[in-house]
Amino acid sequence: MSLVRIQKKDFSVSEEVEMVKASSMSIGGVVVFLGTARDVSKGEDIIELEFESYPEMAEKKLNDIRERAIKNFNIIEMALIHRIGKIAIGENIVLIIAAARHRNDAFMACEWAISELKRITPIWKKETTKKGDVWVEERP
Amino acid sequence: MITIKFFAMLKNKVGRDEAAISIPGQITLMEFKDILKKEFPCISGFIDKSVLISVNQEFAASGTIIKDGDEVALLPPFSGG
Repeated sequence: MSLVRIQKKDFSVSEEVEMVKASSMSIGGVVVFLGTARDVSKGEDIIELEFESYPEMAEKKLNDIRERAIKNFNIIEMALIHRIGKIAIGENIVLIIAAARHRNDAFMACEWAISELKRITPIWKKETTKKGDVWVEERP
Repeated sequence: MITIKFFAMLKNKVGRDEAAISIPGQITLMEFKDILKKEFPCISGFIDKSVLISVNQEFAASGTIIKDGDEVALLPPFSGG
């Protein structure tokens, strides 16, 4: 399975980590960022979230982030997975795994990758509250 | 024909996720924006301000050339992650 995916169904963090680890025996540190659905946003109770993407472009951008992370951060492998569709509170939204020989490179690459994902990947979040549905415009 | 894609709140405002319009030969994105504003007046404010535009899935600048067969997407501010 590809290490870069946009998908409706949930993912298993441990299975994805194993898949990244399997890419090289030189990996000595793995950093995982897992984004999950929180129950409050700007003081409003959230009932559920829904994510929409521009699928072809979003996958292209995630692949671009992976390639640049491997090239610029001295990491061995990276996985980026983002879910779309309706997501209940507490469920997984996004997973980034950075694997390197040493932990510092993995931490730096992982932090850069989630920021870059938010900046260049055409994915949009809709929050459902008691007051109705709102497409979120600004980055958190 | 040019395929135009709408996402998130723009899709809601326009009432559909895709449209097709024809253009005279090759034009710049800046010129194409004027056509879009006339065709879709309900989102003209967004086109002037917060919307990024991609052409064939790559971010476009005001001088980017648009030609027959291109796929143009109007992208509201991203909120993934």
